[in-house]
Amino acid sequence: MTIQARRDVFQAIADPTRRDILNLIARHSLNLNAIAEQFDVSRPAISQHIKILTECGLIIMREQGRERYCELQPQKLEAVADWLKPFHKRWEHHFDKLDIVLQKMKPTKKTKK
Amino acid sequence: MTTTTKNALKVVAEPGKQELFIYREFDAPRENVFKAFTDPKLVVQWLGPKDLKMEVEKYDIRTGGSYRYTHSDSRGKYAFNGVVHEVHAPERIIQTFEFEGLPERGHVSLDTALFESLPGNRTRVTMQSVFRSVTDRDGMVNSGMERGVREGFERLDVILEN
Repeated sequence: MTIQARRDVFQAIADPTRRDILNLIARHSLNLNAIAEQFDVSRPAISQHIKILTECGLIIMREQGRERYCELQPQKLEAVADWLKPFHKRWEHHFDKLDIVLQKMKPTKKTKK
Repeated sequence: MTTTTKNALKVVAEPGKQELFIYREFDAPRENVFKAFTDPKLVVQWLGPKDLKMEVEKYDIRTGGSYRYTHSDSRGKYAFNGVVHEVHAPERIIQTFEFEGLPERGHVSLDTALFESLPGNRTRVTMQSVFRSVTDRDGMVNSGMERGVREGFERLDVILEN
């Protein structure tokens, strides 16, 4: 069975463990062992997640001495925020208008808590 | 995506999921917000996109009711419809939603709107839409993207001044 997996930022963050890994290394880079310690899943499973995150360009591996550290590439995550932007804008626009509608209702209508 | 500004809109659409959430607070009591969501005369004042005309054919937001409205511009009409599963005034509306302009019928979402009273006569609205597939969800988020980019805010200003 061969499944051609998508390798983009959306696929990368579709998995909750991978999201947790990204949160974990957001503040500082960690090596594989340090990451694996934080999870109940097996080390090979974590390795696989890191491999996917690397292929998606969300993390890069940096060699420091004998250790290899996973470093977050946060700019890649902007693609996700950009994707939602027009939809977000549309609803912002609706609700800005709704605010006006509600303001107009206020003086005429006394409502109980 | 999370902001702390007062009344900021929050949209959550996690990758790979069939649902999306919209959160927003309003400086108005719950009864008024609920009314603005259910009274067609008020709904047309805020739910229509700015360079399209919104026309309500039917807007019967009661348990067992239904609605249909259109947005139209020079190039055509876009219709939306749904049935109302349950209305529990002023705290909950559960309804279906369908955009009739899709290549095939049957791509419907189940939409729940919750209205929560907050101190100081404020209201929090939570809207959840659950779609049949991730593709349907993503399609909904992407729809109107082009239009969103193209649109300016001129028309809104005109509406607001009147």
